Parts: sequence; structure tokens; C-alpha cells
Amino acid sequence: MKVVIDEDKCVGAGQCVMAAAEVFDQRDEDGIVVLLDAAPPESRRAPVEDAAVRCPALAIEVLP
Amino acid sequence: MTGNQPTTSTRHTPGTQPMGRTCPFSPPEGYRTLREEDPITPVTFPDGAKGWVVSRYADVRTVLADPRFGANRRRVRPGDAPDAPLAPPPPGMFIMMDGPEHTRFRRLLTGQFTVRRMQKLAPAVEQIVADQLEAMAGAEGPVDLLQAFALPIPSLVICELLGVPYEDRAEFQENSSMVLRLEASRDEVMQAQSAMNEYIHQLAVAKRAHPTDDILSGLVQSEQLTDEELAGVGSLLLLAGHETTANMIALGTMCLLENPEQLAALRSDPALMDGAVEELLRYLTIIQYGLRRVALEDVELDGHRIEAGATVLASLSSGNRDATQFPDSPDALDIHRPYRTHLAFGHGVHQCIGQQLARVEMKAALSALFDRFPTLRLAVPADQVPMRDDMLIYGVHELPVTW
Ligand code: SF4
Repeated sequence: MKVVIDEDKCVGAGQCVMAAAEVFDQRDEDGIVVLLDAAPPESRRAPVEDAAVRCPALAIEVLP
Repeated sequence: MTGNQPTTSTRHTPGTQPMGRTCPFSPPEGYRTLREEDPITPVTFPDGAKGWVVSRYADVRTVLADPRFGANRRRVRPGDAPDAPLAPPPPGMFIMMDGPEHTRFRRLLTGQFTVRRMQKLAPAVEQIVADQLEAMAGAEGPVDLLQAFALPIPSLVICELLGVPYEDRAEFQENSSMVLRLEASRDEVMQAQSAMNEYIHQLAVAKRAHPTDDILSGLVQSEQLTDEELAGVGSLLLLAGHETTANMIALGTMCLLENPEQLAALRSDPALMDGAVEELLRYLTIIQYGLRRVALEDVELDGHRIEAGATVLASLSSGNRDATQFPDSPDALDIHRPYRTHLAFGHGVHQCIGQQLARVEMKAALSALFDRFPTLRLAVPADQVPMRDDMLIYGVHELPVTW
């Protein structure tokens, strides 16, 4: 699984961190999403996909 | 002050926005009809504006995430001319801005409200909650939970975060409540708004000379905003931080008291609190009249042609009762409900910037309240609690409780 984020779209709502804190974080200065793990193990698929669905700005893409 | 408005009919009148609740915790019944029969429906709004009401979960999300719908919604109140030209939003009012302009303001603030920062704040919030409960415990007889507990918590927290003296609250609480009053005239709202702006402006000037460790001082020092923009942003945060969370705490308490088996389950297993907060947010959705957007171009939405300039009302409360997204009795409060993304904080680029703070406050407030007062109960029958049908943000005007 690969995760791609679009920093320009991110509005810093933190939904991704709530869904999958092992994979997403937010930068301290501006709250923009930080990808901690761009290729998370398959076992994290559910929370990562949940993060993508929750993200209000559609800034997260999950590739197979 | 108006209470529950009894409705004669639960059916929806075609061509109008559903109004009038039959249940104090549920959106107007007419939304159910709309969702099932006419989910994207043309309406004339009470102020005479022509547009659309969108009532299904999926469509609400689509509208709020689509940049072809702009956030500069004119005509939000009676008295705004239906054909008023699209005026630029007031300085700093970034909830009414689109595109790069909106991003510029949002980015200045997002770092202040990250998940991590808000979690770090939790102990301070818990202390504030404990202090309020202590003060409440000393009171004799029934107290108004809104004034004694639910309102002071978010007020103290947002004042602390922004760097606004809490002692000044009487004035800005009155002004912020005026801004949210449905029946207020345009002049009254503008007057209240400019009083808030003026107040923040004065504060900002003081902070320029003597910066402290708070968001306003940070914004002043960043030197990225004009004085007017700073006043606009500051009063927006102050306003947004107040009545929303206060009403979620008070209405959430009332709702749990009226659903005793849910409350009992929650009290027996504090680990349910996270889910309970999300479920209360979904179930109660206090942005009761939805979010307004304006079509910036002609948009085709599920077979409907929405013309440029039309107003589109995305009903958050209706979307949050949509059975396709929330199977298993969407009209019941169920704190065990598996998490599904709800719309209580909106969706799209304007989704609530303070949502993590709201969660921290709700959790701290609700757990400590029921711990401290295990026998808490309403001091009047539930149907005599004055509800906020008349405000943009739903909730209670007061909540008499005893224990
Ligand atoms: S949920 Fe989306 S908008 Fe919010 S911080 Fe994560 S990536 Fe950014």
C-alpha cells in the first residue's frame, strides 16, 4: 500500500491523525499533514483508508 | 426567548426549507421526506433568495468539498436584499472566503489547533472543568448548567488561548450572541460585529506593545495581517469558540439525561467516551440550519442544473441522519455506534478549525460532570427546557439541573 498526500490541499483539520496516528502527523508550525510512513504495512490499511475518507480536503490518496 | 415551537404538521411544505422541530434532539421532520423523495430540492428561503436544499449525506459532502461552490454566502438574514451583489467578505472573515485567500488565513491558524497541541492542553482544560464543578457544588438548589458550567468552560479556554481577558466576557458574550440570533436585523448584527472587532483591535494594539504567549500576540508578531484583518480573525475565533462548544456540552448533557440507558453504559465504561462524543456530535448537529454556499458557475448535481449565483443549503443535521451512511436507527442516540465520518464540523476546506479543541473540552466536561454529580437530573420536565430554535447554533437557552 502506498500513501500520497497533497500538502497544498491540506487544511490542517487533523482527521488523519485521529484515524491513523502511526501514519500521519501534523507539522507544529502550520498544522499541515506530515506523512510518517509512505508505505505502511497492509495491517494498517483500514485506518489509513479511514483517514483518506475523513479528510475534509481530499488531500490523502491511498494506492494499492 | 422562545421554547419548543409546536408544529402542526410534520410533513414538508414543498418549495421551502424544513423548519420546526418535533423532537428537541432531531432536525425538522420534513428533512426525512426530502431525503427519501427529493434530496436536491429547489426552495425559496425565508429571506426570499431562490436556491436549493441538499439533504443527503453524500450530496452534502459533495457540495461542501466542491470548489465550484463558494463560501461567500450573501443574503443570510431577513433584510438582506435578495439580489444584493456579492460583496467582498469583511476583512479577516475567512469562513466566507474561497481559494488562495482562504488558504492564507487558514494556514496562519492551523498550527495552533493541531491534534497534538490540543491533547497537550487537556490537563489545563480538566483543571478549568474541575474548578467550575467545585463552584457549582457550592450552589444551593437548582442551577442553570449552561451559565454555571457549559458556557464558562469554552469561554475560559478560548480566552486563555487567544489571550483575551476573561473579565471582559459580559460584553463580547452579548455581542456574539447577537450575531447568532436569527431574528436580529442586519443593523443589529453589523453593530455587534463591529463592537467585537473594535474590542479585538484594541487588544491587538496593546499586544503589539506588550506581546504575551497567546494566539493574538502570535498573529500580531507574525505581521502578516492588517489591523482590520487581525480584528476580523480574532473576533471570529472568539465567536466560534463560544456558543458552539457550550451548547454541545449543555445539550449533550440533556440528551444523555434523557437517554438513561446510554448514560449508564457510558458511566460504567469510560472508554466509551470518545465514541459517545462523536455520536453526540452526529446526533445533535447544532449547526441547525446548515451551511450556505453559492454556485460560482452552473453546476450539474445529480441531474439537477444549479445555476451560477444560486444559494445551496447543505443540511448537516439531515446528512447526519441519513440511513445510507448511518445504518441501524440513525434517529437513535447510540454511543456504541461504530465510527463513521459525520458532518457536525462541516466538510471541505472550511471544516471547523477548532474541532480538536471542541473534542477535548466535551470529553473533559462530560466525564467530570457525571463523575462529580452521579445523581444529576433535570430540574424541570424536558419539554419545558427552552430550546434555541431561534439561533443559528442550536442548543438550550438554559438548562435547570439539580442533584
Ligand atoms: S485530515 Fe486532511 S486536511 Fe486534515 S490534517 Fe489530515 S491531510 Fe490535512
